[in-house]
Formats: sequence, C-alpha cells, structure tokens
Amino acid sequence: MNIELRHIEKRFGAVHANNDINITFKGGRIYGILGENGAGKSTLMKILSGYQPADEGEIRFDGQLVDYRTPQAALRAGVGMLQQDPLDVGAFSALENFIFGPLSARGLRGKAAQAELARVCERFGFEIDPELPITQVSIGGRQQLEIARLLALGVKALILDEPTTGISAEQKQTLFDALKQLAREDGMTVLLVSHKLEDVIALCDEVAVLRAGKLVGAQVLPATTRQLVEMMFGQALSPAERPRSDLSGASPALKIVHATLRSKRLTVEALSLTLRAGEIVGLAGLDGSGQELLLRACAGLVRLSSGQIWLNGLDMTGESYRQFLAAGVAFAAAGRLEEGLVAGLTLTEHIALSTETGAVVSWERARALTAQLLERYNVRGQPESQIQQLSGGNQQRMLMALTPEQPTLLVLEQPTRGLDVDSARWIWQQLLERRDKGAAVLFASPDLEELVTYSDRILVFYAGKSTEIADVHPQRTSVEMLGRLIGGHFDEVTA
Amino acid sequence: MSDPLISTLAGIVTNATPLVIAAMGETITERAGIVNLSLDGSIVLSAMSGFVVAYSAQQILITSAGMTAPEAAGLSVIIGAIGAMVVGALVALLIAFSSISLRQDQVAVGFVLTLLGTDLAVFLGTNYARIPGPQILPTDLPLLANIPVIGEIFFQQSGFAYVSYLLVFGTWWLFFRTRQGLSLRAVGERPEAAFARGIPVNRLRYLYTALGGAVVGLAGAAYSLNVRAGWTVPPAMGGDGWIALAIVIFGGWHPFRVLIGAYLFAGLRSLASVIQRTPGIEINITLLNAAPWVLMIITLLLVSSGALERLLQVLPRPLQKPLRGILRSDPPAALGTRFERK
Amino acid sequence: MNPQRLMTRFGKALIPVAISLLVTALLVSLAGVNPLNAATELLRGSFRDLGAFANVVNFWIPLTFASIGLIITFTAGLWNIGVDGQITIGAIFASAVALSWDLPAPLLIAAQIVAAMVGGGLWGALVGILKARLGVNEIFGGVALNQIANLATLYMITGPWQPPEGGSVRSSPPFPPEALLPRLSDDFRISPLMLIGVVVALIVVYLALRGTRWGLQLKATGKNPRSALLMGVPTNRTVITAFIVCGMLAGVAGAFRALVVFQSLRPLVSGGIGFLAILVALLAENRVLLVPFITFVFSALLGGSAQLKVALRLDVALVGVVQGILVLTALLFKGASERFQATSSQPSRTATRPEVAHE
Repeated sequence: MNIELRHIEKRFGAVHANNDINITFKGGRIYGILGENGAGKSTLMKILSGYQPADEGEIRFDGQLVDYRTPQAALRAGVGMLQQDPLDVGAFSALENFIFGPLSARGLRGKAAQAELARVCERFGFEIDPELPITQVSIGGRQQLEIARLLALGVKALILDEPTTGISAEQKQTLFDALKQLAREDGMTVLLVSHKLEDVIALCDEVAVLRAGKLVGAQVLPATTRQLVEMMFGQALSPAERPRSDLSGASPALKIVHATLRSKRLTVEALSLTLRAGEIVGLAGLDGSGQELLLRACAGLVRLSSGQIWLNGLDMTGESYRQFLAAGVAFAAAGRLEEGLVAGLTLTEHIALSTETGAVVSWERARALTAQLLERYNVRGQPESQIQQLSGGNQQRMLMALTPEQPTLLVLEQPTRGLDVDSARWIWQQLLERRDKGAAVLFASPDLEELVTYSDRILVFYAGKSTEIADVHPQRTSVEMLGRLIGGHFDEVTA
Repeated sequence: MSDPLISTLAGIVTNATPLVIAAMGETITERAGIVNLSLDGSIVLSAMSGFVVAYSAQQILITSAGMTAPEAAGLSVIIGAIGAMVVGALVALLIAFSSISLRQDQVAVGFVLTLLGTDLAVFLGTNYARIPGPQILPTDLPLLANIPVIGEIFFQQSGFAYVSYLLVFGTWWLFFRTRQGLSLRAVGERPEAAFARGIPVNRLRYLYTALGGAVVGLAGAAYSLNVRAGWTVPPAMGGDGWIALAIVIFGGWHPFRVLIGAYLFAGLRSLASVIQRTPGIEINITLLNAAPWVLMIITLLLVSSGALERLLQVLPRPLQKPLRGILRSDPPAALGTRFERK
Repeated sequence: MNPQRLMTRFGKALIPVAISLLVTALLVSLAGVNPLNAATELLRGSFRDLGAFANVVNFWIPLTFASIGLIITFTAGLWNIGVDGQITIGAIFASAVALSWDLPAPLLIAAQIVAAMVGGGLWGALVGILKARLGVNEIFGGVALNQIANLATLYMITGPWQPPEGGSVRSSPPFPPEALLPRLSDDFRISPLMLIGVVVALIVVYLALRGTRWGLQLKATGKNPRSALLMGVPTNRTVITAFIVCGMLAGVAGAFRALVVFQSLRPLVSGGIGFLAILVALLAENRVLLVPFITFVFSALLGGSAQLKVALRLDVALVGVVQGILVLTALLFKGASERFQATSSQPSRTATRPEVAHE
C-alpha cells in the first residue's frame, strides 16, 4: 500500500512537532525513520497510526484520501503500529491478548483463535505459548504476539517503534526476517522508527530523517553510519572518549559474596561481585532477567535471601535503605517521576528535602542553594517551578543535582532513558566526573552500545543466571556478541 | 428443616444474600477500574427507596386493583426492587460522572455520597419508618429443594437468594466467558491498551459503574424487602456496605471467592448470636458484635501483608502453584485511576 | 490581585453554595415546609441568645480540632476515616481518668486531656501501623476501628461503668465536678481553656506544615510515597506520625465531647463529628487557615438543627443532607470549572500537566 503524507502539521503549545511534512512510503519497501529525541518522528508515526490526529494536512492510501482520528479507525484503513512497550494486558494470557478488542468483535475465540495464532506464528517462526500469562513472556515474545495480531487483522502497513530495544539477537533476527518477508511477499509497507543506525542499515531499503520537526532528508540505502549521523545532527559526532580508569590499588567499594536474590518471578543464585572505587560495571540482559534485582539489592531496597553485602568494608547485610544512603549509596531508578522526583513539589522543596537536616526548614538557605545548583547543573527551570513542568532532560539533570557529590557507589537504572544524544552525553560526563572522584558505578541499560562504551566490565543476565565479561573493550566485545549473550548463548563466549 | 445445623446454615445463606448481591455489584464496577466507595450510603438510600416504592405500589394495587395485601406483595416487591436499582444506578452514575467527566477523586466523591446517602434516606424516609410493608416469603424451588442437605440449605429460600446465585454465576460468565467481559477486564487492567484496540474505555466505565450500582441498589432492596424486612431509623443495615467493600478485596475480585467471603462473614455473625444464646456462656454482647470488624481487619491483613504468600512458600512446591492461582488477589491494575486520551 | 480575579474567586465559592441551598430548599419543600421558614428557624436556633451561640461554639471547638488533625493526614495523602473512632477513644480515655482518679481539679483536667490525646493517638497509630507496616488500606482499617470504638463505648457503659443505680444504660455515671472544665459564665457556657487550645493548635499545625522538615516530608509522602522514600524520607514513620498527631487532636475533640457536652460517657459520643471533619477537610483542600471558617458554618447548622425538629418537625438528618450536598456540589463545581478552563482559552494555563509534548 502506498502512503502519501501531504503538508502534515502538528503543534504542542509552542513546540512545532511536525512542520509541513511531505513524503511518500511505497508498498513492499522498508523505511527507517531517523531523528534524535524531539525531532518529531514519534509524533508523525502517532498521526499515521491514529493515536494523535494532525492539526493540518492530508493522508492518502493508494491515492485515496483517508481521514481517521483513532487507532481503531487507522487499523480499519490498514495501518497498525507496534509500540515500544507492547500495549497488552498483564493479567491476560497470550491468547486473550491476541483476541481482545477487534478480533473478538469479529467472533474469533477458542480453538479458531488458537489456530489463527498458530498459523501466523508458523509462517514467521514465532514461538508463542497461547496459555502463558503475558507477564511471563519476554518483550520480544510480546512483540511477536502483537505483530501476529496486527497481521490477523489484515494490516497493509506496519509501523514499529524502537522494536530492537531489550530483545535478544536471535529475536531480532526473527523479527527482521519476518519484516523482510512481509515487504517482499505481501507488498506491505514497513516503517521502522529507531535510533540504532546499524539496525536501520541492516534492515531498511530507504531512510527518512527528521530534525526539529522538519523532514530534512531521504536516502536510498546503502549509506554509511557517518552519512546518516550527518543527516540527523547536521554534523558528524566524534565517538565518545572513555578514558580508562586505573584501578590498581583501589579499595573495594562494593562486595557481594555468594548472594541469593528472590523476587516473585525469579531467583538469582550464587552471585558474587566486587566493585572497586572508580570502577564502572554495566548490567546487560533482557527485561526482568535479574539485573534490576541486583541493582535494588545494592541500593538496599531488596534484602538478600542469603549471602552477604559489604560497602567500603562495612557489612551491610540486612540493613535498611536509609542505612545504605548513609553509607554513601545513591540510587536512581528508570522512571524519574515514578521513583525519584515528586510531582507537585517545587525544585526548592526537592533540594530542601534532601539537604535540610534540622527540624525547622530554612527556606532562604534552600532557595539560595537551589539557584546555585540549577546554574551548576544547567537545569532550565525556576526554583519555584514544580518538577513535572520541566522537560525529561532537565528532570534528569535535577536528579543528578540531587545525588551526593562524592558517593561511594552510584546505582543507576537506565541512566539515559528517553534522553537525546546530547543530554545522554552530558549525564555520562557527570557520572564520569564522580567516578574520577572515586565513586564506583553500577548501571543497567537496554542500550548495548551504552554498555560497551562506558563499562569496565559487564555482567550479562539471562533468566536469573549471570555471566561476566571482564575487561570490556570496544574492539573485543561487539554489540552483536552482547546481543547473543543476553539471548542466553553463554557457551559462545567461553573463549 | 429439622436439623438445627441445617437450619442455621440456611439462615446464614438468607442473611448473606444482600451482602453477596452488594459485593457482586462492587466487583463488576471495580473490575472496570472504578471504585464505588459509596456502598454504605447507596445501600441505605436504595433500601429506603425500595421500601417506599414497594409500599406505595402495594397501596395502589390494593385500592385501585382491588387486590388483597398478600396478593399484591409479590408484584410490589418487584416494583420496589426496580426502584431501588434505579436509585443505586443513579448514585453510581454520579460517581462515574464526577470521576470520569469532571476528573475528581473517586474516593472523595464516594465518601461524600456515603454520608449523604444515609442522611438523605433518614430525612426522606422518616415517615415510613417502622410500618409494615410488603415482603416476600421463602418459596421452595421444585426438584432442587428436595435434594438432601444442599436443597434444604440453598433452595428453600426467597427470590432474592435465587437472584443472588444467578448473579454470581452470571458475573463469572460475563467476566471469563464472553468478549464483553474481556473488554470489561481490559478497561480495568490497562485502559490504554483497550483504547488502542477501539474499545470505548470511558463509555464502558460509565456502563459498568451504573450496572454495578444497580446491583448494589438491588442489595438495598434485599434488606428492606426480604431479610429484616421493613425500614427503620436509624437504618438497620448501616455498616454492611463497608463489609461488602472489604469482601470484594477478600474475594480477590473473583465472583466465586467473593461469594465465599460473604458466606464466611454471615456465618461468623450467626456464630456470635449462637454463642450468645447458648446457656452457660456469659459474654458481653458488644464484644461479640465487634467480631465481624475484627475479622475484617484480620482478613485484609492476611490478603495485604503478604502473609498468605509466606504461608504458601512453606507448602510443598506442587501444591503452591494451584493454590496461588486460587488465592491470587491482585486488584485490577488500573483500579481508581483515570483514563484520558493523550 | 485585580478586582476581576477577586470576583471570579468569590463567585467560585458562591456558586456551589447557591446550588446546594437551592437543592436543599427543594427537599425542604418536598417535606411540606416553607424553606424560608426553615432558614429562619435554623438561624434562630443557632443565634437566638448567648446560650444558643455557646451551643454553636461547643460544636465548633471539637469539629475544628478534628478538622485540623485531618489536614495533616490529608497532606500525607491518607484517608483517615478512622478519625471518628479516634475521637471516641479520646472520650473513653478522658472518662476513665474522670471516673477513677482522685486529683485536685487543675491536675485532673490536665490528666484527662493528656489521657485523651494518648488514647486518640494510640487509635490513630493502630490505623497507621496497619497501613504502613502491614499494607491494610487505611479506609477499611479506619472503618473497622470506628465500629470497634463505638462498641467499646457500649461495653464500658453496660459493663465496668454501669451506673450503680442500674437504671440508665444510656450513659456512664456523671463525672465529678472537679473533672469538668471551668466555663466563661453561666450564660455563656464555653470553656476558655479549650478555646485557647484550639487557636494554639491551629497556629502550631499551620507553622508545622509550612516550615518544618516533618511538614515537607508529609507533603512529599502525600504526593509520591515511592519517590519520597528514595529521597530518604522515612515514609512509614511519616505516615504513622501523621496518624498519631491527627489522633491526638481528635482525642482532644473527644475529651471535649465527654467533659463539656455530655459530662458523662454516652454511646455515639462523637456525634459523627469525625465524618463531618472529613467533609471540612475536603472543602478546605489542605489550607489550614480556611478550616475555622468552614467549621463555623457547619457548627451553626448543627446548632440550629434541634430548633428545626422542635418548630417544624423536620428530621435533624436535614443538616447532614445540607452539608453533604454542599461538599458534593463543591467537588463537582471544582471539576466542572477546571474542565471548562482546560478546554477553553490559554494553553499556558495547562502547563501543570506533565509530558504534553515528548517527541
């Protein structure tokens, strides 16, 4: 199906998210949609998939003018979108998630539904157990289920939003094969939104690049990464430099001895780990493989079921989170406004909350300190602004302003989630500064590139088991290899 | 009904009937993601309205249709029950409107309506207090009533009890066997996902809040037209709405477990009155009256504190999985939250 | 603030009042009474003479104590429905001291009030511990503890504190004269001690919420307990202390009900003041300084209710109806006007909503 977009406009207040976008996507081809955060690519895809109507402009499918304002209507017109975090219901089984909504409205249920699901799965090599609760299915599996559902609904165009984040190399291969097959054999139009250039280069036929709400370029592949980066940013970025830390003689900041960690869903057993002051250790793994559990245990938010944990030579086993804080641990969770910042409090109140120690708060002192920190950390906001009024990047800077200057151990869950390249680099600059002052850093990320770039060592988790890659070096540890590892192929790295 | 144990159990079923109905109404509403906290007031207001409607209907039937009082009773009770359901649905719609359309806190509005419902019922119903009105008598269900023990306990009851059985089964069927139920649960679990699939989230929330409210209204009628029939000031059923709310939590939002929860509470109450009537046991009645409330705290404690989960972990592994399935008690994930299209 | 803004603000408060008056007038007419008559009788009941006015003040004092206590728990994001039980237990504890300790008047009075604070605080702590440590929702914990407190009153009256004559089961024996609080005069029977107490409590709570670390921690916990915990706020302790402080203030309200209003312990000693206080807190929206004005209006309604019954045979439940409708319309009106503002006019006004434009 050919999709033509003409003069698409979308504004959010002062932000011009889509500025006169004109482009045609042809059936049977795979397009990469590129752009840094805030470039307007997600907005454009939401317009195309019915999640957000455009302010102005028109959309034509095979020359026919279409007008829809809901995802449901977009589906009827033939466009389906796969969200980064698949929109399914945690309390349902895979099969219930497959049918609920339009498929069940068509009367599909029971055996017929199972057969339909099995048919799609077989064609593309998807492996889905229809009876399994969806909470026990990996992100990759949930994506496959969602794609199967959209295909069963007969979509002619498929939009995928960052589908390769958090899935294994194997699942990625299955996904790419399926998308190629759909384009070549079924003539489907495939749009891939991604900031992973190597994925785009591997899969797509053409790219469209957005910058600051405008379409700034379109190119038929092949192209080099360098060319694409130039299109996205207007100039080539030099690769991030990571000065190696000299760890000889550094004392252990964190030591975990033969620990067992338990959550409702999984158990991590026999884990031992030592982090020296000034060392950066990255945790890799699919969502829910045990790395979050380890992070939270190191912050004192989850107790060890057995084993011991030491901080700076102090036995902290069984101590509370507040004891860990006092011992110099700083923890930053992935969801800034869910775990970390308090929506409804002003920036000054945040600073007062973490710095005032007496019974009576000195608002003057807190305000002065806030103004000072806002300047130092380059936060765009007023001391009296409420935190939720700030943009994501500024919230992350504020979070950084709230962490102590010289912590023993920084524990970070996805430190650059949702940030554009510039903000992410700034955050890492801050983290490296603290590392240089002697802090140990432990972080988890679904971004394999980030892990390889910044870690001294990487722990890879798979279903509660962990394996270690010592001495990561960009030349020796490739993103591809890491991708295979998080899919569970541990035997391949024994060499 | 000769055996005293059987007649006691049958009495428990009778007493539990309004609780079962009320808790079932709330289960429907909460499964769609809305909390109707006003239960205690809704029940009292609909009990009063049901009684007044039924009483007036009976008077009209007697004077204009020339029926005798017993002849008119059945029809008047049905009319009264419908009136009570309308009142229950209206109160619930007020909660739906204020929380969905006006974005106000469900708990706040629900709580205000709890107080308002009771006061309104007392104010408007004060002239109808303690007068004899229509009520329905137990009727044996053909065949089923003759089953030994079971028949005597469950099938020699009044119409309200039979309605409650159908209601529990129907709710279960709706939730787990129909596509409407799939949509209903999706709306309460993850409204964004439901919206993406074309399910009209807020329209369904309105619908099931009103439906659940109507069922709660029926529970009100089951007080004033069946058990402890009649209308009194202060209302005799005051407090039961809170118990029904707790039973929904205890029942893990599952119709059958909610049913069991209601029977357990009613059972405990009648146990208290049995103890009180037993010669030789001297105990202050107020202590026994406190028992249901203490039990309410204890059951919520078991469900909320993870004590059940720890208990499960002691058991052998093969037993754990099925039991965990039965005792699962996660609330609907989007319960009490608002959905707005971004 | 320019005059136009002032007008809008004034209008906003007035419209819900007008609507609820209209609805109430309708209900009163339905009961066959002229609404104007009802209003006149109500005002006469509250302000006819010094005695009637003292009656209003005697509702105002405990209602204000309980309401400012609730502002604390509301700030911490907690639904302290158990406040009515905390009042009741406060009354029981004060009665225990009044009936069993033999002390000179000033000491006895101090002991009674301290005991009431301890009792209310304990009952509040129970809800808090159930909530913070054991995960029991405070609404249900509170409802159950309210009922248990009422039954405890009945138990004491029918058991240990049964009057020796055995006649009335409707109350404990009257308290000895030393236990009673001194009054301003025989015409104006209000307690200056309690009047000073309530003003002090107002100021202290206002300052505590504004300027102390505890107040800031309450606010953070109320907005987002998870984030507050991660920022180092001891959220469990904050929740429990909020309940305790609210319980202590409610306990004083309970002592007042027993020592001043009834001068004995009676069933339903709180008179539902706890529930009314929740309505007050909902109207005040965490603004402590608004509380005394709202409680005064509510108390005037309560004070006049008896006259409605006597003169017009209207059930006293009417007052509850008026108060309920007022709070309901206030909530609905607030929602409607916010809705109206959001859909019309300036986008800059909606800037408080998060994540309008990510990508």
